[in-house]
Amino acid sequence: MQFTQPCPVPCVTPAEDVPPQQNAGGRVLIAQLAFPATFIAVRDALAALVAGPILADVSTDAKAMAELVLAEAMNNIVEHAYANTAAGEITLTLWQSEGEVACRITDRGVAMPKEELPSGRLPDPAARAELPEGGFGWFLIRTLSRDLRYARHGNLNELTFVLGDAQSQPCENTVSA
Amino acid sequence: MKLSGEVAGDMLVVRVDEARIDAAGAIQFKERMREVTHNGPARVVLDLSNVGFLDSSGLGAVVAVMKLLMPSRKLELAGLTPSVEKVFRLTRMDSVFAIHPTVPGALRDAG
Repeated sequence: MQFTQPCPVPCVTPAEDVPPQQNAGGRVLIAQLAFPATFIAVRDALAALVAGPILADVSTDAKAMAELVLAEAMNNIVEHAYANTAAGEITLTLWQSEGEVACRITDRGVAMPKEELPSGRLPDPAARAELPEGGFGWFLIRTLSRDLRYARHGNLNELTFVLGDAQSQPCENTVSA
Repeated sequence: MKLSGEVAGDMLVVRVDEARIDAAGAIQFKERMREVTHNGPARVVLDLSNVGFLDSSGLGAVVAVMKLLMPSRKLELAGLTPSVEKVFRLTRMDSVFAIHPTVPGALRDAG
C-alpha cells in the first residue's frame, strides 16, 4: 500500500488508467492506494485512510459513512469482480475539490453484469423469514454517494463517485431501482 | 472473532468484543454466533456496544443469525453505536429487530 503526498493531479497521473476527464476541474489528488483484492487488504486500506490526515477535517459521521461506502464498493470487487480468488489488485484514488471528496476505484476483474450498476433495491424488511443475507451493499453505495458512475474500459472496471449523502443534493444521474 | 455469551435472567446476552463486523469477519461472526447461541434462553440479546463499524456483510450476518434462531428464538440488539445504528436505519432493518439503547435490565458494563 502506498500513499502519495498531496499534489496537483497531473504530476502523478498513471497514464494508462486515468481517462483525461478525470484530471479536469482543478481537483487535488489526496490519496492513491493499490492493494491486493482481499477483504483483509480492504480493511487495512480503510484503516489507513481513516487514521490518516486525508479525512481529518471530515465530521465523525461523514467519515464513518465514507468508510462504509468505500468498504462496500471495494468488498464487492473482492467478492464479485475477482470472485474471492485474491488474484487481483484494487486501486483507490481520492481527490478533493471544493470541500468534496471524489473517489475512483478500479480493478481488472470481470465486468459488472450487463456492464451496468446494480440497482441496489432494498430487501423488504417485512419478509422476515425470507430476508436475504446480502443485497444491502449497492443500496448503501447509492444512498451514501453522489454522481455514481461505472464504466468498463477494456479489461478495467472503473467506479467513480463523490462522497456524500445522495439525498443532500439533487442528482440527475441517479438510476432508479 | 471474540464473542461471549452469558445467561442473564430470561436472556442470553451475547457481547461482541470486536471493533468491526465487516466482510473480513462476517463468516466468523456467524459461526461464533451459531456456537454461542447453541443452547440457552429463547431471547437472545446481541450487545453491539463495542462495534464501531458494520458493513453490509456484517448486516447480512446479523440477519442470518436472526433467521438461524427463528422461529422458536428471537434475536434482539442492544447498544448500537451511531454508525451501526445508521446502517440499520438506512436499510430499514431497524424495523426487523427490537433495538435497545443498552442491554435490557442490565447496567452498562464499563469494561
